[in-house]
Amino acid sequence: MPNFAKALSYAGIAVAAALVAAPASAQKKYDPGASDAEIKVGNMMPYSGPASAYGLIGKTIEAYFKKVNADGGINGRKINFITYDDAYSPPKAVEQARKLVESDEVLLIFQSLGTPSNTAIQKYMNSKKVPQLFVATGATKWGDPKGFPWTMGWQPTYQSEGRIYAKFLLDKHPNGKIGILYQNDDYGKDYVKGLKDGLGDKAKSMIVAEVPYEPADPTVDSQMVRLKASGADVFFNVTTPKFAAQAIKKAAELGWQPVHLLNNVSQSVGSVLRPAGLENAKGIYSSYYLKDANDPQWKDDPAMNEWRAFMDKYFPDGDKTSSFTVYGYAVAQTMAQVLKQCGDELTRENVMRQAANLKNLDIGVLLPGIRINTSASDFYPIEQMQMQRFNGERWESIGDVMSGEVGG
Amino acid sequence: MELFLQQVLAGLATGGIYACMALAVVMIYQAIDHLNFAQGEMAMFSTFVAWQLLQWDVPWWAAFVLTVVVSFVAGIAVERIVFKPIRNAPVLSHVVVFIALFAIFNSLAGFIWDFTIKPFPTPFGTAPLFGSGLVSAHQAGMIAVTLLVLVFLYGFFRYTAVGLQMRAAALNPQSARLVGVRVGWMVALGWGMAAAIGAIAGLLIAPVVFLDPNMMLGILLYGFAAAVLGGLDSPGGAVVGGFAVGIMENLVATYVPVVGPELKLPIALVIIVTVLVVRPGGLFGRVHVQRV
Amino acid sequence: MDARAETRPVVSPAARAPALTAGRAILLAGLVVAVALPFVAKSFLVFQLTLVLVYAIAICGLNLLTGFNGQFSLGHGAFYALGAYTAAILMEHGNVPYLWTIPAAGLVCFVAGFLFGLPALRLEAIYLALATFALAIAAPQIFKLSPLEHWTGGNQGIVILKPDAPFGLPLNQDQWLYFLTLAVAFVMFWAAHNIVQSRTGRAIMAIRDNPIAARSMGIDTALYKTLTFGVSALYTGVAGALGAIVVQFVAPDSFNVSLSIAFLVGLVVGGVGWIPGALFGGLFVLFVPNIAEHISKGLSGAAYGAILILLIYLMPSGVGGLFHLLARRMRRFGR
Repeated sequence: MPNFAKALSYAGIAVAAALVAAPASAQKKYDPGASDAEIKVGNMMPYSGPASAYGLIGKTIEAYFKKVNADGGINGRKINFITYDDAYSPPKAVEQARKLVESDEVLLIFQSLGTPSNTAIQKYMNSKKVPQLFVATGATKWGDPKGFPWTMGWQPTYQSEGRIYAKFLLDKHPNGKIGILYQNDDYGKDYVKGLKDGLGDKAKSMIVAEVPYEPADPTVDSQMVRLKASGADVFFNVTTPKFAAQAIKKAAELGWQPVHLLNNVSQSVGSVLRPAGLENAKGIYSSYYLKDANDPQWKDDPAMNEWRAFMDKYFPDGDKTSSFTVYGYAVAQTMAQVLKQCGDELTRENVMRQAANLKNLDIGVLLPGIRINTSASDFYPIEQMQMQRFNGERWESIGDVMSGEVGG
Repeated sequence: MELFLQQVLAGLATGGIYACMALAVVMIYQAIDHLNFAQGEMAMFSTFVAWQLLQWDVPWWAAFVLTVVVSFVAGIAVERIVFKPIRNAPVLSHVVVFIALFAIFNSLAGFIWDFTIKPFPTPFGTAPLFGSGLVSAHQAGMIAVTLLVLVFLYGFFRYTAVGLQMRAAALNPQSARLVGVRVGWMVALGWGMAAAIGAIAGLLIAPVVFLDPNMMLGILLYGFAAAVLGGLDSPGGAVVGGFAVGIMENLVATYVPVVGPELKLPIALVIIVTVLVVRPGGLFGRVHVQRV
Repeated sequence: MDARAETRPVVSPAARAPALTAGRAILLAGLVVAVALPFVAKSFLVFQLTLVLVYAIAICGLNLLTGFNGQFSLGHGAFYALGAYTAAILMEHGNVPYLWTIPAAGLVCFVAGFLFGLPALRLEAIYLALATFALAIAAPQIFKLSPLEHWTGGNQGIVILKPDAPFGLPLNQDQWLYFLTLAVAFVMFWAAHNIVQSRTGRAIMAIRDNPIAARSMGIDTALYKTLTFGVSALYTGVAGALGAIVVQFVAPDSFNVSLSIAFLVGLVVGGVGWIPGALFGGLFVLFVPNIAEHISKGLSGAAYGAILILLIYLMPSGVGGLFHLLARRMRRFGR
């Protein structure tokens, strides 16, 4: 399949040679959603409602599959990407998931977004034996091949990331007094748990303040005043982009200059740090696994150039400053790789088998040294992250690629 | 004690945001005798218009004036196009149309300008005031503009013929019509003014909270709460209400043990409702006496 | 916001007689269709219709309060959440069979609604709107509160097992839940109809139409108003419990403000002060967002808003208003 190989190189996927040559089963086998002509992939995103910013991921994936189809599809089959709005509401997610599985008859559901929505459909997907692949949430529970063999996450878990920061703090600031600002939901609490687990016995003595905020709060000013007053000299900032930008700006206004650890959710230079003021963001630590679109160090990076060409051609309205478009591009490539590995045996069982058989997959837009690995007992595709420090203009890597080692 | 003072000051600064929005709420209440759920989204949309003007290199204050004028006209247009045809429909049907407008403005803004947050410049500068950083120059400027709008509204409703006619039209449309007030146009004018004040609020709030289509979701509720606490027919009360809500919320979060930080808004709302149970017209409002 | 004067249904006593017989026929036909449907429709559609019935019960509760008693509520999502959590917690921690959790949820919500109705007595329409709105905001935050996490599952919520049909009935889970919900809905609507037709119902409506006159006629307005609040919350709580069982999951994110607003929209679209209207409201709440999404993904909100405005233009008093208008026309035509 010379065409497809070409498509792959355009896509920027470089796979170990052994995998490319992996023999596809000679006989064609199909489950609902797959045929000689097409593969139906289902998806749910919050295109409306308060979490609608994430809808950008769904649109990017849609654009990516358009590109795959334009380049000849996967093993000759077009991807039919069906994406619905669940408004970040669990009941709506159940309804849409059932619509995808029972009415549209998709082969699998891919990148459904949010911990609540995915928890709501997890039991259903597993009882129906339909893959719920690469869900868009960093909760730890998605890597449980024994309990839920049809569900798999993708990104590093929030808890792993929390642990990476704990390691960093124990190493560099063992006597730091930590103040935490976190979103009062599953995501915020998972980060806090990861940090505490990582700190172990020292958590009690090191953490001096934990302050929550609600996603509906207009500002986090009051929380920031409290954190500063708590005497903390380390600030663990577990916030979504808007609040991260507010917190960074407010810390500067308050003249509070702690060691600032920012979760990767809000690490985008274009959509968080620039609005907050690059000067204010100088010195912030974070950890990441994707290349940042606005980071000058990737200006001539071949993979990022491919991403830019993709955006220009297939998603010209898409926001190139947002990390979501890079994320969507990367996760869609992973999905494409799994479907490619399935060959002509497009059964739900084989999809799961291949998803759990990714070996050293190198997606170009991942940071150098970070690879995707899964196995029958390891349902955590990305487990590595790289600590970074913002120098006022771009992120600089510090130390080696780290692993958070949660679950798995 | 220092923390207390800091939280009060920070509450004052945030309260300025609520006061701003509360004025717009009072304005629409004076014009149509109920609340407009789409008001926050209209203000957000106006702010995006201003943002777009700024992208086109229009100077800040020119963009400000243009946006306020455009919003005024748009407010009148919304009333004329959307509400005039259903003037005789039940109030609840109007409420549902507000919700429809809410969905439309939110969705349109996301479609045109997407959902990524955008920094919005301030004309007042970002230098901290009083050295402490608790109140920035922008927030002080915001409070000053809010007070200016307040003075304007106070004068408008008390001393101008149009303002008095508008109040009459809202309170008792039939009688107002009998004495020659053009009630329909008064309502439209009220919509225009409410939209204009909303635009001012949006432009002042956006530099603090960043601009995105969902920026007003939370703030509108605070605006309602502030206006209701102060009294819906009292612009001054609304501003005081805004500051009160801002300070109260911060103090609840800081000093109520265990649940305070997680429930600061609900607890603040419970306090407001309690105030209303004791004083049904709000702190500075008048109680309507019902006649048989 | 004077809900009282304007929510009065536009139906004269004389209009009732023919509408009633026609109404009976429609009711019977509707029931036949409702019973037959799950045997011909796909499981997925059966599931959707179950949710329609669940929302219809909730809206019916709101209708009793707003439509018949003139008390405005933007916070019924909170009672729905309370019902859902009551059912889920009883099943998860008390091992209570799911059927028993439904009346339990109703009872808990009745008490909560009654208690909330007490301060609400002092609040004029617009302030009541704010107070109930506050309730809608507070509910999800309270259910995810850390001290309650052991019971509520915090942000993670509670996953519920889907029940099978009892007595070896040849029904799949979706069909069984549909029939269960249909039966509950039938009883609840029938009860609502009887309440409204009764002496109590007339007192409730008299309070809506003129509270002072009602009081001077010797109606204990405070008692009736708080009781109505309780009953209304009971309806919505039962719906919440059923919703939890049908969706198999409760979490704070399921019950945010937009749920309360959806109920209100459903109420108005169906027809304020018209009991069957809740069914149309339920249909609207479930299906119109899907239709809007189908029209345009990027502008689904705008499409939803446009559909809503269009409906209000066509039927300023909802389906109920249209129904009454048609009934009047037909009567005039018949003469």
